[in-house]
Amino acid sequence: MKQFVATCLTTLLLAVMGPLMALAQNGPLRIEITEGVVEPLPYAVPDFVAESAGAQELAQQIARVVADDLTGTGLFREVPREAHISRITSFGSPVQFADWKAINAQALVSGAVSSEGGRVVVKFRVWDVFAGTELGEGMQFAGSPDGWRRMAHKVADQVYSRITGESGYFDSRVVFVSESGPKDQRAKRLAVMDYDGANVQYLTSGDALVLAPRFSNDGERVLYTSYETGLPRVHVLEVGTVQSRILPGQDGVMSFAPRFAPDGQTVVYSITQGANTDIWAMDIASGGTRQLTSAPSIETAPSYSPDGSQIVFESDRSGTQQLYVMPASGGEARRISSGQGRYSTPVWSPRGDMIAFTKQNAGRFHIGVMRTDGSEERLLTASFLDEGPTWSPNGRVIMFARETQGAQGASSLYSVDISGRNLKRVRTPDGASDPSWGPLQ
Amino acid sequence: MRLSSKLTMLMAGLAVSACTNGNRFDNDAVDLNQATGQAGGVVPGSASDPASPAYFQQTVGDRVLFAVDQSALGPEARATLDGQVQWLRTNSDYNAVIEGHADEQGTRAYNLALGGRRANSVMEYLVSQGIPASRLRFVSYGKERPIEICSDESCYAKNRRAVTIISAGPTS
Repeated sequence: MKQFVATCLTTLLLAVMGPLMALAQNGPLRIEITEGVVEPLPYAVPDFVAESAGAQELAQQIARVVADDLTGTGLFREVPREAHISRITSFGSPVQFADWKAINAQALVSGAVSSEGGRVVVKFRVWDVFAGTELGEGMQFAGSPDGWRRMAHKVADQVYSRITGESGYFDSRVVFVSESGPKDQRAKRLAVMDYDGANVQYLTSGDALVLAPRFSNDGERVLYTSYETGLPRVHVLEVGTVQSRILPGQDGVMSFAPRFAPDGQTVVYSITQGANTDIWAMDIASGGTRQLTSAPSIETAPSYSPDGSQIVFESDRSGTQQLYVMPASGGEARRISSGQGRYSTPVWSPRGDMIAFTKQNAGRFHIGVMRTDGSEERLLTASFLDEGPTWSPNGRVIMFARETQGAQGASSLYSVDISGRNLKRVRTPDGASDPSWGPLQ
Repeated sequence: MRLSSKLTMLMAGLAVSACTNGNRFDNDAVDLNQATGQAGGVVPGSASDPASPAYFQQTVGDRVLFAVDQSALGPEARATLDGQVQWLRTNSDYNAVIEGHADEQGTRAYNLALGGRRANSVMEYLVSQGIPASRLRFVSYGKERPIEICSDESCYAKNRRAVTIISAGPTS
């Protein structure tokens, strides 16, 4: 963790050469992210130029991570390096557009890496090959050598943003539960990783069962549920210091399913008293609480709208789990889910326009999205057990956990576009569940 | 269930008498029984000691099962709990923690709440039969601690449970 903090502090945006231009909105090179099927845009990322002795390997690795990020979206298709006609040997030399046109690379990313005195500098440019122009302007990032993946992600975020017109999500992290051991003796630890599964770091020891970590909007704190005291209680952890503390509560009373309000000051969570589970809010600084629901049923899994004015949650007050929206201060809730089956784990999108959820119907589990009024429901996945969606910072991708069936069943993380395309597994060292996607860094 | 547990208690009682008698007249035989754990030897704290948590677990019956997404107690569950009530009345030095569980067919937070409902059903029943609430606590593990690991109803049925764990008391 300390290493990460160091990385954070030293990975500074060193210089932005000129203001960023929203060229993508007017230029000819543009991917419109729509619900329809897209033909991935062909692009090329030749190895970055090593501008100092010993930077060769890093220059290649950074170019590969940029390509993995872009291709991984399903919106871009890399023209393989074997097909390249031109080589870029100097960052400043003119681009031979004809050579890149000939292999139908519509976009070209060129870059250079230098490494001196424990500091790495990465420069890059994005080219619209068919227009023969630069897309946006060159930028450079600097940081410590162990932050090289972050610099690569920052380059890829810029490329993505310039071509799609939307912000990226590659330089972001995911907090999740790392799982090991058989189903009936499963050990669970909190862990944090880059969005692509790299740089896994553990936040708890695994002695106590932990569940459902949730990032604050600034990515600096994590709420989670731990059995450290013998029963589930909400804890908060400072990511920078890996120090955690239990939130105030009544002895012997279970609290769980916490989530931060957008301002990071308030926490919503569930408390079980007798047979009844309700949603409460706590001011994290003072410990003052307020009860938001009071039905005799199970009310849980609350999630704020991005403006903090409303909360979506699940309740079985109608007999089965359904989704409801209420004012953030509590009060009357309106049901928004109306299809067959049970709806749970709602999460408001960062754009504010959609809600992702888990749906259980006819023996299958689905991850789905709907408008905040419940309309336009769309199921994105189906399996024996899909659960617990979390949104990418730009609201275009959803990560969730998928558990396989049977005695050898294990959980792993997957991501899928909100269009339902590009379902893929996120590689983690062990089993993984309960992902929570943090902000763009 | 109820009949068999009464029979077992009766047999345990006989075994105690036999042991006492044997101890009086034949030391060698008693030593042998105790050493091998054969019938007739009651090792305090073992499953053959009716005052032991092990006896509660194995003979009285420490768990009740639930239907899918339900927390209501059926006749069989109530019979088991009646046995628990008797035991807890007799062994008033002990407290109990009731653990509620769910099968894997549900989402995590809901299953925590559902396990809480189940454990609370058991706790309310025990209290209604005269066990002081101060001796009881409950906790839910949701779907986190299955005892059977297959993904069929045969396993799910055993995982939808509330287990009464005897703990040393008295506490406050």
